[in-house]
Order: sequence, then C-alpha cells, then structure tokens
Amino acid sequence: MSDRAYFDYLLRLGDDSLVLGQRLGEWCGHAPTLEIDLSLANVSLDLIGQATYLLGHAGTMEGEGRDADRLAFHRDALDFRNCLLVEQPNGDFAQTIARQFLFSTYQRLLFDKLAASPDAQLAAIAAKAVKEVAYHADLAAGWVVRLGDGTQESRQRMVEGLEWMARFVDELFAMDAIETGLSARGLAVDKAALRLAFDAIIARTLAKATLPPLPSHRPVLGGRKGHHSEHLGHLLAPMQYLQRTYPNASW
Amino acid sequence: MAIDAARVMEVLATVPDPEIPAVSIVDLGIVRGVDADRSAVLLTPTYTGCPATLAIEMAVRRTLAAHGLGHLDVETVLSPPWTTDWISEAGREKLRAYGIAPPPPGAAATRLRGAELPTPCPRCGSTRTTEVSRFGSTPCKALWRCQDCLEPFDRFKCH
Repeated sequence: MSDRAYFDYLLRLGDDSLVLGQRLGEWCGHAPTLEIDLSLANVSLDLIGQATYLLGHAGTMEGEGRDADRLAFHRDALDFRNCLLVEQPNGDFAQTIARQFLFSTYQRLLFDKLAASPDAQLAAIAAKAVKEVAYHADLAAGWVVRLGDGTQESRQRMVEGLEWMARFVDELFAMDAIETGLSARGLAVDKAALRLAFDAIIARTLAKATLPPLPSHRPVLGGRKGHHSEHLGHLLAPMQYLQRTYPNASW
Repeated sequence: MAIDAARVMEVLATVPDPEIPAVSIVDLGIVRGVDADRSAVLLTPTYTGCPATLAIEMAVRRTLAAHGLGHLDVETVLSPPWTTDWISEAGREKLRAYGIAPPPPGAAATRLRGAELPTPCPRCGSTRTTEVSRFGSTPCKALWRCQDCLEPFDRFKCH
C-alpha cells in the first residue's frame, strides 16, 4: 500500500513522540531531583521507542527505502508533522509537567483507540505503547496535583505552565481533510470524539490540584502542515547534527 | 533442516538479560517462542524504548551461532504486548534473590483495573513498603523502600 495520506498520518504520530522524547531528554542531568531526572529520562526513552516503531512503519508504508533513522535525522523542520504542543520549550519544571499532562492524557486516549486499528502493525505498536503512556499520564497528573496544591510558588508556576500550554490543546483534536478521509476509511481515529473524555480527565485533575480550569485561548494550529514555531529548528539542530555532518555514520 | 524448538529454548535460557544478569531472557518472557516453519526465534521488547533491546538481539545471535544454530532468524514481535505476567516462576525467584521485588503473578492484569497489590520487601519479606519513585534505574523498575528493614529496593513494575 503506497498511500500518501496514511504515510502522513503515521508521520504525525511518530513525530509527536520523537519531538517530545527529544525535548524531555534535555532535562537529563538537569532535573530538580534525581528521581525526577530518572522519571523524565525514562518517559523520554519510551517516547523515542514509540517513535522508532512508528517512523519505521511509516517508512515501510511509504516504500521508498527510508527507515526510522532516515526519517528522524534527514528531514527539515518544514517536513515534520508533530503538533505544536510537543515542540514547546521545557521552561521550568511546572511548564514541562503541564505539557506532559496535556499530551500524555491525549495520547493515552488516542492509542487506546489505535490499538483497534485494522492496520495490524499500528495496532500492535499502540497496544504496547498505551501501557507506557498510562504511566506517563499518571506521573504527570500526580505532579500537577503536588505543584498545584503545594506552595504559593509551585502553584503560581503550575498556573503559568498550564496557561502557556493550553493554547496548543485544540490542535491535538483538530481533524483536517487528511484525517477525516482516513477516519472515514477506518484508518484514523476521529480525535474530535475524544475531546469530551479528555476535558473530563483534565477538569478532574485540576479540581484535585485546586487549580482553575484551563484558560481558553485562541487556538494555535499549523504543526500538522509543517508550520512550526521557531523552537523546532533549535530542537532538531543538535538532534540531527551528527547524521547531517557524517551521513550514514554508525556506531 | 528440522528445528528442535526445545533445544533452541535451552540454548536461549543461557542468555542473561543485559541489565539484570541474574535472570535469563527466557525467564523474563522476552523470548516468545520458536517458529519452526519460518526457522525464526521470536523476541518481544519489554518496553518500546528499552535500550537493551539491541544488545539482547546481538547476544541471541551470538549464542545461537556458538551452538551451531546461526541459520535461525531473529524476529521482533510486538503483539501481544509483553507483560510482567510472562515472567516465569523461576524468574521471579531469581529476581527476589537478586534483591529486586518481582511483581506477583497476574498482577499486571490487576493493575490495569486500577489496583496495586502490596509488594513484599525482597530482603525481609515485610509488606510495609512504600514507593519512592515510579521510575527507577531502568524503565522496567520502580524504586521502593521497606519501612521495617528501612532498605531501599528495586521493584519490577507491574506492566
């Protein structure tokens, strides 16, 4: 099957995991405590593992000989299809947790559905990954509560982190022509239908954290079409440096 | 050439897990079986991002070759996803002796329903234990502490 739309869909899934995995890796050795350092590095590892499988599958579907490494290291920012949320800078720990909380909650709902995909390979990847993502979502929600219901300082930072990240939530659930078409063929999840469940989980955790509801912003869209913020290029530069400088280098 | 699946499994049982050398990859349930029709050994990763996956595959190829079984293919299967319920009884005992609390059999299915079973301390057996960190030294372990002997210990995550 050579199907540009489906290839694009798999890139979206893979790039979300890859970019967030790389972002979280930036915390390695810098997190506030050893336990958090381990947690964020392990979440990063899970996401990069997902990306390896998803991009590998995308390359197979494309049928032009590109493997996961080729797709990860030899595409320019304009060719990345990740959502804008995952490329946002880490900021402080609260901002990182805000991003993780929103993304993992979304990804858990999405992969739960993808585990029933008629594409057996995608279903297998999703069924495996959703167990890991459940862990990520619980970890992040736990920290939202601890920071939100913590000191005045931690609460203020949590509020500000969520305030920044909230504008990128609508993009997670936006359906464009590509996904609507695939969804009609049963190959993509109708993400709009996941929004109610997402909102309920977010509201429940925020209430537990004694935090106000997510602020409503004008949504910022564009990542799925390759219209990224300036942050993505700065993330890709160190990630792709070695393979761009010494193409096909291997260990 | 016909494949003696039992012998292949015996050979694979000598391959230690690179991160927890006290147990073999067969004990951990990483070897899903031998496909005699396709002359292939089927491996499954514990976690998608487990950094040991490649090391395990290389160790398997090396060990098979050393036993004259180098003609076998090594394939990765994702489905059904690995679960700690596949760790053998012998594997659980070896983990405990090594100081890592194994998940009780069947615990993974329970965790998915939102319940965590109590984890006995691998040193003194006390069930008065608490989680220190959900993520430990590897993706598959969490850090716990015993409130009786006060020792910290790794717990194999229910997964």
